[in-house]
Amino acid sequence: MKTDIILAGVGGQGILSIATVIGQAALEEDLYIKQAEVHGMSQRGGDVQSNLRISDQPIASDLIALGQADIIIAMEPMEALRYKHYLSKDGWVITSSNPFINIGNYPDQSAIISELKELGNVILIDTDELGKEHKMPKAVNMILLGAASKALKSISFDKLCQSVRTIFGAKGEAIVEMNIKALEIGRNCE
Amino acid sequence: MKKLLLGDEAIAQGAIDAGLSGVYAYPGTPSTEITEYIQGYCKKNPTEKIHNRWCTNEKTAMEAALGMSFAGKRALVCMKHVGMNVAADPFVNSSITGVNGGLIVLVADDPSMHSSQDEQDTRFYGKFALIPVIEPSSQQEAYDMMSYAYDLSESLKLPVLMRTVTRLAHSRAVVSMKPKREQNALNPVSGNRDWVLLPVNAKRRYASLLERQPEIMRLSVESPFNSFKAEAKRYKMGAIACGNAYNYLSECYPEGIPFPVLKISQYPIPTETIRTMAEQCDSIMVIEDGQPFVEEQVAGILPSDCKIIGRLTGELPRQGELNPDIVKAALGLAPLPHPEVAKNVVARPPALCQGCGHRSVYEAINIVLKDYKDSKVFGDIGCYTLGALPPFQALDSTVDMGASITMAKGAADAGVFPAVAIIGDSTFTHSGMTGLLDAVNENSPITIIISDNLTTGMTGGQDSAGTNKFEAICRGIGVDPDHLKVVVPLPQNMEEITRTLREEIEYRGLSVIIPRRECIQTLARKAKAKAAQK
Repeated sequence: MKTDIILAGVGGQGILSIATVIGQAALEEDLYIKQAEVHGMSQRGGDVQSNLRISDQPIASDLIALGQADIIIAMEPMEALRYKHYLSKDGWVITSSNPFINIGNYPDQSAIISELKELGNVILIDTDELGKEHKMPKAVNMILLGAASKALKSISFDKLCQSVRTIFGAKGEAIVEMNIKALEIGRNCE
Repeated sequence: MKKLLLGDEAIAQGAIDAGLSGVYAYPGTPSTEITEYIQGYCKKNPTEKIHNRWCTNEKTAMEAALGMSFAGKRALVCMKHVGMNVAADPFVNSSITGVNGGLIVLVADDPSMHSSQDEQDTRFYGKFALIPVIEPSSQQEAYDMMSYAYDLSESLKLPVLMRTVTRLAHSRAVVSMKPKREQNALNPVSGNRDWVLLPVNAKRRYASLLERQPEIMRLSVESPFNSFKAEAKRYKMGAIACGNAYNYLSECYPEGIPFPVLKISQYPIPTETIRTMAEQCDSIMVIEDGQPFVEEQVAGILPSDCKIIGRLTGELPRQGELNPDIVKAALGLAPLPHPEVAKNVVARPPALCQGCGHRSVYEAINIVLKDYKDSKVFGDIGCYTLGALPPFQALDSTVDMGASITMAKGAADAGVFPAVAIIGDSTFTHSGMTGLLDAVNENSPITIIISDNLTTGMTGGQDSAGTNKFEAICRGIGVDPDHLKVVVPLPQNMEEITRTLREEIEYRGLSVIIPRRECIQTLARKAKAKAAQK
């Protein structure tokens, strides 16, 4: 089984951390992984994406083709829409509904949301609100990953938590616990 | 043991496990993570003696690596493609001196210019210097190639050029690792004149390099990283796929590629194999990331009855990196059904961070230069190049590392006033100091701003070679101390900054202004690290 994921957001929103957590979990599931990231100039407030491919068979390309992505996980609704044409027929979009407006010509927000909804399998999450409610504004990316975890069929939720433990371990137990809680909050939100 | 590694990290781990004694590099996307990984490794393993400090530029890095090789140890020098232009002098001559300890010159190209000024293809440099070039197609291959290339380098007594591209450098995959080899013992070159490149020696060394070319070709034909798969029959088409282009081709045919394929991951191009292939194919598609390096050569060596197609003939685009969709289209395969491109999406260009000191510098430049309608601002390479974009739109040029000072000087020579140069601290020590000396020697009427954020910011906050030394460097080069000013680029200091800038523009000689405030990214990282320790 193969899962092709596009992760999208704005530089600094924690997209690469989501990719790292999924990647580490996939490694623990003993799966093949290819994960292309964007480093460098774009990380300064520009759009950032990562192509993450997980499979029980060897993977050739680091990049996902048009119409091939099973899931788009985005920290920002316009950034989710940016990769719309990569989505497969039955693909899912799991995105934060909170716009990140650092440009003058940001499109009409309701137009973005309705174009997203046309795709069918779309889950919009008010991550900012959840982050505020649970006092974890810095773990909103893990809330989003938690929400996307049901669509990540080849990776168990336990492995994701274990992966958070491995990756954030050096930052102390409090950070680990907060991020695992964030995953759970995301997973339980509808 | 298995690890999830970036292509860059696989290269670094491969070098460490091959008995590396030193890495030499100047940060440059997409090569930076190689040196950072080795630095992290050495921090975790303090008993390991591997040189890993950043160098001032790619030329100093290349020469230091050559020095380590001279001493008999295995060295790695890393840079981005345009860095190779800076290192080109010692690089090309290292093929004439040859090496003692294994030497790998790692260059990361950036097709599509994700973070660069051009798309130059480093493979040309390898051909130019007449040495073997290797180009991994996967992270595992990148890892495995390091020990192979060190052995190759030591057996040929030549440096080996390794070319990678952004897509592989910045993509992760699971890599299986091998046991670590011991470092070479100290064993400097002695008793010969090979390394003294006086014409008398250089001629002899060059002749020897030419003599070894058939051997280098044989190694390419027999390389474990090159492969040719075909049955003994006639085919309509075949493909040559280089480095990671091979992955895109494989992706198009999940059930296996139905025609002969030559995968090239070691150069020079294996001409014999290509001739064999041409005998059984009506056409050959050359799929390579970067410039049509192989395509041009193959078109030159084959009889005209085998058609060569690729970037030069238009089936593949002449510019930009490849991807599975581009290769699919070139092969005449339909894309998967997919939604249309979104309507409600606009570009989101990168910008200077909120709170960054460069912002105050550009604000001041724009305030002051409003009063000088003929002013020109010559920019340089770094985060502050983003001053060219809205909201500042403050730059008239950005060319290469250091060109701000020298171009401002040339423009001032021609009569441009005011001519302002803006350069970052790390770029200044990389390639700005020599230009400053030129300007000092003529007391050129230019205003140079060294925007010092105490780090190499754009590549992620590496140490900057000149930190705490800039006033001393400028004075030492001969800048008049009365026209060497330091300001703190904060919004509340705008009056002082603009006044200083105006005064120094009005002074019709050379001035240097140093706005100095730490990068907010490195500052935040330090605060975080401190908090984690508590």
